[in-house]
Amino acid sequence: MARTPEEHDRLDRAFAALADPVRRAIIARLSTGPATVNELAEPFPITVQAVSQHVQVLEQAGLVTRTRQAQRRPVHLDPAALEAVTAWIDTYRLQAERSYRRLDAVLEKLKEEQ
Amino acid sequence: MSTNPTHITAPVGTPFIEVVREFDAAIGLVFRASTDPDLVSQWLGPRELTMRVVEFDARAGGRYRYVHTASDGAEYAFHGVFHTVTEALIIQTFEFEGAPGSVSLETRTLDDIGGRTRMRQNAVFPSVAARDEALGAGMKHGITDSMDRLAELLGSGAVRQGR
Repeated sequence: MARTPEEHDRLDRAFAALADPVRRAIIARLSTGPATVNELAEPFPITVQAVSQHVQVLEQAGLVTRTRQAQRRPVHLDPAALEAVTAWIDTYRLQAERSYRRLDAVLEKLKEEQ
Repeated sequence: MSTNPTHITAPVGTPFIEVVREFDAAIGLVFRASTDPDLVSQWLGPRELTMRVVEFDARAGGRYRYVHTASDGAEYAFHGVFHTVTEALIIQTFEFEGAPGSVSLETRTLDDIGGRTRMRQNAVFPSVAARDEALGAGMKHGITDSMDRLAELLGSGAVRQGR
């Protein structure tokens, strides 16, 4: 499949960002819903500052975004960026997604039959 | 045919998984596709595996059981009981026979949103650990698998050369 140079750069940055086990764990955690840096830091024996730096790397790689909600700045997975690289991150979501796409096709067929 | 996003929420420290998905079809069709065994077998399943519906009696008190077979012959069977079956609300138990005794309770609602349908499914597991296992088993496998594939990809030079 042909990709533009920009897409390659983005993939390179994403893969580089994901070459670290802590950052992969952060992505896995965020695949279940947004979280603040403090919440992300909880399971790790490292400082909140260190986790914050990991989040910055993920942010620069375009994998996560941060929104402002009052005092909280939750970190979100960026679904668009992940589209390119998540085929292997969140099988649960992919499995659901695949099932529902098949259901879409079944529904299309039913509509045609009506 | 458009593809609507699937939203999955599984807050840390809870035994819940919520899945929300919209379909470009009337509620009656989504209900039919979710309760007619011949239609269910065409889409339901965790993977692109062969699906065999052993029984699927979608009415209150009815049972269901289905078996997925992987290409290597491994079988994954699931069963449960329907508690409530109406167009707007289906409540059923769900048990993966590979983890017997860990039964989740699924509540699925269908909402008519102007001729389209919003499905919302809530699964409650017997414990946070059981939930994490259901969620995490796939994820862990996915990450390992993907890192292997990533290594292959990087090794082949395909990423740089833009094959």
